[in-house]
Amino acid sequence: MKSNTKSGNIYWQLFASFFKIGAFTFGGGWAMISIIEREIVDKHHWIERDDFLDLLAIAQSLPGILAVNIATAVGDKLRGTRGSMLAAAGTILPSFLIILAIAIFLTPDIIKNNRVISSIFMGIRPAVVALIIAPVITSAKAAKLTWKTIWIPLVTALMISLDLGFVSNPILYIVLGGLGGYAFWALANRKLNKKKEVKP
Amino acid sequence: MNIYLKLIWAYIKIGIFGFGGGYAMLSLVEKIVVSDNKWISEQMFTDIVAISQMTPGPIGINSATYIGFVAPGAYNPALSGPLWSILGSILATLAVTVPSFFLVLYCSHFIRRHNESGAIKAIFSGLRPVVVGLIASAAIMLMNSANFNPEGTVSQLWISIAICAASFCLVYFPIQTKSKTIKIHPILIIILAGLAGYLLYGI
Repeated sequence: MKSNTKSGNIYWQLFASFFKIGAFTFGGGWAMISIIEREIVDKHHWIERDDFLDLLAIAQSLPGILAVNIATAVGDKLRGTRGSMLAAAGTILPSFLIILAIAIFLTPDIIKNNRVISSIFMGIRPAVVALIIAPVITSAKAAKLTWKTIWIPLVTALMISLDLGFVSNPILYIVLGGLGGYAFWALANRKLNKKKEVKP
Repeated sequence: MNIYLKLIWAYIKIGIFGFGGGYAMLSLVEKIVVSDNKWISEQMFTDIVAISQMTPGPIGINSATYIGFVAPGAYNPALSGPLWSILGSILATLAVTVPSFFLVLYCSHFIRRHNESGAIKAIFSGLRPVVVGLIASAAIMLMNSANFNPEGTVSQLWISIAICAASFCLVYFPIQTKSKTIKIHPILIIILAGLAGYLLYGI
Protein backbone atom coordinates (compact mmCIF):
# COMPACT_ATOMS: atom_id res chain seq x y z
CA MET A 1 0.00 0.00 0.00
CA LYS A 2 1.21 3.42 -0.95
CA SER A 3 0.06 4.95 2.27
CA ASN A 4 2.58 2.84 4.22
CA THR A 5 5.51 4.77 2.80
CA LYS A 6 4.62 7.83 4.85
CA SER A 7 2.75 6.17 7.66
CA GLY A 8 4.68 8.12 10.30
CA ASN A 9 2.32 11.05 9.96
CA ILE A 10 -0.63 9.52 8.16
CA TYR A 11 -2.91 10.23 11.14
CA TRP A 12 -1.98 13.87 11.00
CA GLN A 13 -2.38 13.94 7.21
CA LEU A 14 -5.78 12.31 7.44
CA PHE A 15 -6.93 14.87 9.97
CA ALA A 16 -5.42 17.76 8.01
CA SER A 17 -6.99 16.64 4.72
CA PHE A 18 -10.48 16.40 6.15
CA PHE A 19 -10.03 19.61 8.14
CA LYS A 20 -9.14 21.41 4.90
CA ILE A 21 -12.17 19.92 3.15
CA GLY A 22 -14.42 20.86 6.05
CA ALA A 23 -13.06 24.39 6.17
CA PHE A 24 -13.31 25.25 2.48
CA THR A 25 -16.36 23.42 1.14
CA PHE A 26 -19.58 25.38 1.14
CA GLY A 27 -22.84 23.46 0.99
CA GLY A 28 -21.96 20.11 2.54
CA GLY A 29 -23.22 16.81 1.11
CA TRP A 30 -22.50 16.28 -2.57
CA ALA A 31 -20.36 19.39 -2.88
CA MET A 32 -18.08 17.81 -0.30
CA ILE A 33 -18.08 14.31 -1.78
CA SER A 34 -16.44 15.32 -5.05
CA ILE A 35 -13.73 17.23 -3.18
CA ILE A 36 -13.13 14.33 -0.78
CA GLU A 37 -12.82 12.00 -3.78
CA ARG A 38 -10.27 14.29 -5.43
CA GLU A 39 -8.23 14.62 -2.23
CA ILE A 40 -8.32 10.96 -1.13
CA VAL A 41 -8.28 9.13 -4.46
CA ASP A 42 -6.55 11.44 -6.95
CA LYS A 43 -4.16 13.44 -4.80
CA HIS A 44 -3.06 11.18 -1.94
CA HIS A 45 -3.84 7.81 -3.59
CA TRP A 46 -4.93 6.52 -0.20
CA ILE A 47 -7.81 4.51 -1.65
CA GLU A 48 -8.61 3.10 -5.11
CA ARG A 49 -11.60 4.70 -6.83
CA ASP A 50 -13.66 1.47 -6.74
CA ASP A 51 -13.13 1.16 -2.99
CA PHE A 52 -14.08 4.80 -2.54
CA LEU A 53 -17.33 4.28 -4.45
CA ASP A 54 -18.05 1.22 -2.31
CA LEU A 55 -17.53 3.28 0.86
CA LEU A 56 -19.70 6.04 -0.58
CA ALA A 57 -22.53 3.57 -1.18
CA ILE A 58 -22.37 2.57 2.48
CA ALA A 59 -22.08 6.14 3.77
CA GLN A 60 -25.14 7.06 1.73
CA SER A 61 -27.18 4.13 3.01
CA LEU A 62 -26.70 5.16 6.62
CA PRO A 63 -28.44 8.11 8.27
CA GLY A 64 -26.66 11.21 9.50
CA ILE A 65 -24.40 13.73 7.86
CA LEU A 66 -23.05 12.34 4.59
CA ALA A 67 -19.69 14.15 4.77
CA VAL A 68 -19.04 12.82 8.29
CA ASN A 69 -20.11 9.31 7.26
CA ILE A 70 -17.74 9.18 4.31
CA ALA A 71 -14.89 10.64 6.41
CA THR A 72 -15.50 7.95 9.04
CA ALA A 73 -15.53 5.20 6.41
CA VAL A 74 -12.34 6.43 4.72
CA GLY A 75 -10.53 6.84 8.05
CA ASP A 76 -11.62 3.38 9.15
CA LYS A 77 -10.49 1.79 5.90
CA LEU A 78 -7.06 3.43 6.18
CA ARG A 79 -6.26 3.25 9.88
CA GLY A 80 -9.10 1.63 11.78
CA THR A 81 -11.01 3.29 14.60
CA ARG A 82 -8.30 5.85 15.38
CA GLY A 83 -8.18 6.89 11.73
CA SER A 84 -11.95 7.19 11.57
CA MET A 85 -12.05 9.37 14.68
CA LEU A 86 -9.43 11.74 13.28
CA ALA A 87 -11.08 11.96 9.86
CA ALA A 88 -14.52 12.60 11.37
CA ALA A 89 -13.11 15.17 13.81
CA GLY A 90 -11.34 16.91 10.94
CA THR A 91 -14.60 17.22 9.01
CA ILE A 92 -16.62 18.45 11.98
CA LEU A 93 -14.18 20.86 13.67
CA PRO A 94 -14.00 23.70 11.08
CA SER A 95 -17.75 24.24 10.87
CA PHE A 96 -18.07 23.77 14.64
CA LEU A 97 -15.45 26.46 15.33
CA ILE A 98 -16.79 28.88 12.71
CA ILE A 99 -20.38 28.59 13.92
CA LEU A 100 -19.25 28.88 17.54
CA ALA A 101 -17.49 32.16 16.71
CA ILE A 102 -20.59 33.41 14.88
CA ALA A 103 -22.88 32.32 17.73
CA ILE A 104 -20.79 34.26 20.25
CA PHE A 105 -21.04 37.53 18.32
CA LEU A 106 -24.33 37.17 16.45
CA THR A 107 -26.71 36.38 19.30
CA PRO A 108 -30.50 36.25 18.79
CA ASP A 109 -30.70 39.54 20.75
CA ILE A 110 -28.36 41.33 18.35
CA ILE A 111 -30.21 40.01 15.29
CA LYS A 112 -33.46 41.26 16.79
CA ASN A 113 -32.39 44.59 18.23
CA ASN A 114 -29.59 45.89 16.02
CA ARG A 115 -31.35 47.97 13.37
CA VAL A 116 -28.92 47.26 10.52
CA ILE A 117 -28.57 43.54 11.21
CA SER A 118 -32.29 42.99 11.71
CA SER A 119 -33.04 44.79 8.44
CA ILE A 120 -30.51 42.61 6.60
CA PHE A 121 -32.10 39.44 7.99
CA MET A 122 -35.60 40.66 7.06
CA GLY A 123 -34.39 40.68 3.46
CA ILE A 124 -32.58 37.35 3.77
CA ARG A 125 -35.41 35.24 5.27
CA PRO A 126 -37.68 35.13 2.18
CA ALA A 127 -34.62 34.23 0.08
CA VAL A 128 -33.83 31.30 2.40
CA VAL A 129 -37.34 29.96 1.78
CA ALA A 130 -36.60 30.09 -1.96
CA LEU A 131 -33.34 28.21 -1.39
CA ILE A 132 -35.35 25.38 0.21
CA ILE A 133 -38.08 25.36 -2.47
CA ALA A 134 -35.47 24.75 -5.18
CA PRO A 135 -34.29 21.36 -3.77
CA VAL A 136 -37.94 20.29 -3.40
CA ILE A 137 -38.22 20.45 -7.19
CA THR A 138 -34.80 18.95 -7.92
CA SER A 139 -35.35 16.07 -5.50
CA ALA A 140 -38.87 15.48 -6.90
CA LYS A 141 -37.37 15.18 -10.37
CA ALA A 142 -34.59 12.89 -9.14
CA ALA A 143 -37.12 10.67 -7.35
CA LYS A 144 -38.90 10.12 -10.70
CA LEU A 145 -42.33 10.56 -9.14
CA THR A 146 -45.26 9.07 -11.06
CA TRP A 147 -49.03 9.40 -10.60
CA LYS A 148 -48.78 6.30 -8.43
CA THR A 149 -46.20 7.78 -6.04
CA ILE A 150 -46.80 11.53 -6.07
CA TRP A 151 -49.28 11.27 -3.18
CA ILE A 152 -46.44 10.20 -0.86
CA PRO A 153 -44.60 13.57 -0.77
CA LEU A 154 -47.90 15.46 -0.86
CA VAL A 155 -49.32 13.64 2.17
CA THR A 156 -45.97 13.80 3.99
CA ALA A 157 -45.57 17.54 3.47
CA LEU A 158 -49.20 18.29 4.31
CA MET A 159 -49.32 16.21 7.50
CA ILE A 160 -45.99 17.51 8.83
CA SER A 161 -46.78 21.15 8.19
CA LEU A 162 -50.23 20.89 9.81
CA ASP A 163 -48.41 20.33 13.15
CA LEU A 164 -50.96 17.95 14.73
CA GLY A 165 -48.74 16.11 17.18
CA PHE A 166 -47.89 12.46 16.52
CA VAL A 167 -49.15 12.32 12.92
CA SER A 168 -47.04 15.39 12.12
CA ASN A 169 -43.78 13.83 13.25
CA PRO A 170 -41.33 13.57 10.30
CA ILE A 171 -39.82 10.43 11.91
CA LEU A 172 -43.14 8.61 11.37
CA TYR A 173 -42.96 9.22 7.61
CA ILE A 174 -39.29 8.29 7.38
CA VAL A 175 -40.05 4.95 9.08
CA LEU A 176 -43.18 4.36 6.97
CA GLY A 177 -41.32 5.20 3.75
CA GLY A 178 -38.49 2.79 4.51
CA LEU A 179 -40.83 0.00 5.64
CA GLY A 180 -43.11 0.58 2.66
CA GLY A 181 -40.24 0.37 0.19
CA TYR A 182 -39.02 -2.82 1.84
CA ALA A 183 -42.48 -4.45 2.00
CA PHE A 184 -43.19 -3.64 -1.65
CA TRP A 185 -39.90 -5.25 -2.67
CA ALA A 186 -40.38 -8.32 -0.44
CA LEU A 187 -43.88 -8.90 -1.85
CA ALA A 188 -42.69 -8.55 -5.44
CA ASN A 189 -39.88 -11.01 -4.65
CA ARG A 190 -42.29 -13.55 -3.22
CA LYS A 191 -44.52 -13.36 -6.32
CA LEU A 192 -41.46 -13.78 -8.51
CA ASN A 193 -40.37 -16.86 -6.53
CA LYS A 194 -43.83 -18.41 -6.79
CA LYS A 195 -43.81 -18.00 -10.57
CA LYS A 196 -40.40 -19.64 -10.68
CA GLU A 197 -41.72 -22.58 -8.65
CA VAL A 198 -44.70 -23.04 -10.95
CA LYS A 199 -42.77 -22.93 -14.21
CA PRO A 200 -40.61 -26.08 -14.07
CA MET B 1 -35.49 16.78 32.31
CA ASN B 2 -32.12 18.49 32.22
CA ILE B 3 -31.74 20.78 29.18
CA TYR B 4 -28.48 19.12 28.15
CA LEU B 5 -30.06 15.65 28.18
CA LYS B 6 -32.97 17.04 26.16
CA LEU B 7 -30.55 18.59 23.68
CA ILE B 8 -28.61 15.34 23.33
CA TRP B 9 -31.78 13.31 22.87
CA ALA B 10 -33.09 15.78 20.26
CA TYR B 11 -29.91 15.62 18.20
CA ILE B 12 -29.53 11.84 18.52
CA LYS B 13 -33.00 11.58 16.94
CA ILE B 14 -32.03 14.06 14.23
CA GLY B 15 -28.83 12.10 13.54
CA ILE B 16 -30.44 8.66 13.47
CA PHE B 17 -33.42 9.62 11.29
CA GLY B 18 -31.52 12.08 9.14
CA PHE B 19 -31.91 10.45 5.75
CA GLY B 20 -31.84 12.35 2.49
CA GLY B 21 -29.29 15.09 3.21
CA GLY B 22 -29.23 18.47 4.91
CA TYR B 23 -32.48 19.94 3.60
CA ALA B 24 -34.47 16.84 4.58
CA MET B 25 -32.84 17.03 8.03
CA LEU B 26 -34.17 20.57 8.39
CA SER B 27 -37.72 19.27 8.76
CA LEU B 28 -36.59 17.20 11.75
CA VAL B 29 -34.75 20.15 13.28
CA GLU B 30 -37.75 22.42 12.74
CA LYS B 31 -40.13 19.88 14.30
CA ILE B 32 -38.01 18.90 17.30
CA VAL B 33 -36.15 22.12 18.06
CA VAL B 34 -38.61 24.83 17.00
CA SER B 35 -42.16 23.48 17.32
CA ASP B 36 -41.77 20.90 20.10
CA ASN B 37 -39.12 22.40 22.36
CA LYS B 38 -39.29 26.09 21.31
CA TRP B 39 -35.58 26.61 21.98
CA ILE B 40 -35.42 29.08 19.11
CA SER B 41 -37.99 31.12 17.17
CA GLU B 42 -39.06 30.49 13.56
CA GLN B 43 -37.07 33.55 12.56
CA MET B 44 -33.97 32.37 14.33
CA PHE B 45 -34.29 29.00 12.63
CA THR B 46 -34.44 30.68 9.22
CA ASP B 47 -31.45 32.82 10.15
CA ILE B 48 -29.46 29.72 11.09
CA VAL B 49 -30.22 28.20 7.68
CA ALA B 50 -28.96 31.42 6.08
CA ILE B 51 -25.79 31.41 8.22
CA SER B 52 -25.23 27.72 7.36
CA GLN B 53 -25.45 28.51 3.66
CA MET B 54 -22.81 31.20 4.01
CA THR B 55 -20.35 29.23 6.11
CA PRO B 56 -18.48 26.08 5.11
CA GLY B 57 -19.51 22.64 6.32
CA PRO B 58 -22.68 20.56 6.47
CA ILE B 59 -25.91 22.24 7.56
CA GLY B 60 -26.53 19.44 10.12
CA ILE B 61 -23.41 20.37 12.07
CA ASN B 62 -23.90 24.11 11.67
CA SER B 63 -27.43 23.96 13.08
CA ALA B 64 -26.42 21.66 15.96
CA THR B 65 -23.57 23.96 16.99
CA TYR B 66 -25.66 27.14 16.86
CA ILE B 67 -28.78 25.71 18.47
CA GLY B 68 -26.70 23.94 21.12
CA PHE B 69 -25.22 27.34 21.93
CA VAL B 70 -28.50 29.22 22.37
CA ALA B 71 -30.74 26.44 23.77
CA PRO B 72 -29.45 26.33 27.39
CA GLY B 73 -29.92 30.09 27.85
CA ALA B 74 -33.33 30.03 26.17
CA TYR B 75 -34.43 27.21 28.47
CA ASN B 76 -33.08 28.63 31.70
CA PRO B 77 -31.63 32.19 31.88
CA ALA B 78 -29.19 31.01 34.56
CA LEU B 79 -27.47 28.94 31.85
CA SER B 80 -26.87 31.82 29.42
CA GLY B 81 -23.18 32.19 30.31
CA PRO B 82 -20.61 31.44 27.60
CA LEU B 83 -19.34 28.21 29.16
CA TRP B 84 -22.84 26.75 29.49
CA SER B 85 -23.51 27.74 25.89
CA ILE B 86 -20.29 26.19 24.58
CA LEU B 87 -21.09 23.01 26.50
CA GLY B 88 -24.45 22.91 24.69
CA SER B 89 -22.70 23.39 21.35
CA ILE B 90 -20.29 20.55 21.99
CA LEU B 91 -22.97 18.13 23.19
CA ALA B 92 -25.41 18.85 20.34
CA THR B 93 -22.68 18.52 17.71
CA LEU B 94 -21.49 15.23 19.21
CA ALA B 95 -25.05 13.92 19.53
CA VAL B 96 -25.81 14.50 15.85
CA THR B 97 -22.59 12.86 14.64
CA VAL B 98 -21.74 10.06 17.08
CA PRO B 99 -24.65 7.68 16.26
CA SER B 100 -23.84 7.60 12.54
CA PHE B 101 -20.13 7.37 13.37
CA PHE B 102 -20.77 4.06 15.12
CA LEU B 103 -23.19 2.93 12.43
CA VAL B 104 -20.49 3.45 9.79
CA LEU B 105 -17.93 1.60 11.91
CA TYR B 106 -20.06 -1.37 12.89
CA CYS B 107 -22.81 -1.74 10.28
CA SER B 108 -20.81 -1.60 7.05
CA HIS B 109 -20.83 -5.38 6.64
CA PHE B 110 -24.55 -5.52 7.23
CA ILE B 111 -25.19 -2.78 4.63
CA ARG B 112 -22.83 -4.38 2.12
CA ARG B 113 -24.62 -7.71 2.41
CA HIS B 114 -28.09 -6.23 1.98
CA ASN B 115 -26.93 -3.96 -0.82
CA GLU B 116 -26.34 -7.04 -2.92
CA SER B 117 -29.75 -8.52 -2.20
CA GLY B 118 -31.47 -5.28 -3.23
CA ALA B 119 -33.07 -4.69 0.17
CA ILE B 120 -31.30 -1.37 0.78
CA LYS B 121 -32.25 -0.17 -2.68
CA ALA B 122 -35.87 -1.11 -1.94
CA ILE B 123 -35.87 0.82 1.35
CA PHE B 124 -34.49 3.89 -0.39
CA SER B 125 -37.02 3.66 -3.21
CA GLY B 126 -39.62 4.11 -0.47
CA LEU B 127 -37.64 6.82 1.34
CA ARG B 128 -36.99 8.96 -1.74
CA PRO B 129 -40.58 10.23 -2.22
CA VAL B 130 -40.81 10.84 1.54
CA VAL B 131 -37.64 12.95 1.42
CA VAL B 132 -39.27 15.18 -1.22
CA GLY B 133 -42.16 15.66 1.22
CA LEU B 134 -39.78 16.38 4.11
CA ILE B 135 -37.99 19.14 2.23
CA ALA B 136 -41.34 20.54 1.06
CA SER B 137 -42.63 20.58 4.63
CA ALA B 138 -39.55 22.53 5.76
CA ALA B 139 -40.22 25.09 3.00
CA ILE B 140 -43.94 25.32 3.81
CA MET B 141 -43.36 25.75 7.54
CA LEU B 142 -40.97 28.63 6.85
CA MET B 143 -43.52 30.45 4.70
CA ASN B 144 -45.01 32.26 7.68
CA SER B 145 -45.61 35.82 8.73
CA ALA B 146 -42.56 35.83 11.03
CA ASN B 147 -40.39 35.40 7.94
CA PHE B 148 -42.42 37.25 5.31
CA ASN B 149 -44.18 39.97 7.24
CA PRO B 150 -42.67 40.64 10.70
CA GLU B 151 -43.76 44.30 10.66
CA GLY B 152 -47.31 43.42 9.62
CA THR B 153 -47.52 45.78 6.65
CA VAL B 154 -48.95 44.96 3.22
CA SER B 155 -45.94 46.45 1.46
CA GLN B 156 -43.51 44.25 3.38
CA LEU B 157 -45.50 41.14 2.47
CA TRP B 158 -45.23 41.99 -1.23
CA ILE B 159 -41.54 42.87 -0.95
CA SER B 160 -40.87 39.52 0.74
CA ILE B 161 -42.81 37.59 -1.91
CA ALA B 162 -40.84 39.42 -4.60
CA ILE B 163 -37.50 38.61 -2.91
CA CYS B 164 -38.53 34.96 -2.57
CA ALA B 165 -39.65 34.70 -6.21
CA ALA B 166 -36.56 36.46 -7.55
CA SER B 167 -34.24 34.29 -5.41
CA PHE B 168 -35.97 31.15 -6.62
CA CYS B 169 -35.55 32.14 -10.27
CA LEU B 170 -31.87 32.99 -9.73
CA VAL B 171 -31.08 29.71 -7.99
CA TYR B 172 -33.25 27.45 -10.11
CA PHE B 173 -32.80 28.80 -13.65
CA PRO B 174 -29.16 29.09 -14.73
CA ILE B 175 -28.43 32.17 -16.85
CA GLN B 176 -27.76 31.24 -20.48
CA THR B 177 -25.21 33.27 -22.38
CA LYS B 178 -23.79 32.57 -25.82
CA SER B 179 -20.75 30.70 -24.62
CA LYS B 180 -21.74 29.21 -21.27
CA THR B 181 -24.41 28.81 -18.62
CA ILE B 182 -23.89 30.64 -15.35
CA LYS B 183 -25.26 29.15 -12.15
CA ILE B 184 -25.56 31.65 -9.38
CA HIS B 185 -24.25 30.47 -6.03
CA PRO B 186 -26.70 30.51 -3.08
CA ILE B 187 -24.23 32.65 -1.11
CA LEU B 188 -24.53 35.42 -3.69
CA ILE B 189 -28.32 35.24 -3.51
CA ILE B 190 -28.24 35.60 0.29
CA ILE B 191 -25.87 38.57 0.00
CA LEU B 192 -28.15 40.25 -2.57
CA ALA B 193 -31.24 39.62 -0.44
CA GLY B 194 -29.44 40.97 2.64
CA LEU B 195 -28.46 44.07 0.68
CA ALA B 196 -32.07 44.51 -0.43
CA GLY B 197 -33.18 44.18 3.20
CA TYR B 198 -30.69 46.83 4.31
CA LEU B 199 -31.70 49.27 1.56
CA LEU B 200 -35.44 48.74 2.13
CA TYR B 201 -35.65 48.59 5.93
CA GLY B 202 -32.30 49.67 7.35
CA ILE B 203 -31.79 53.21 6.07
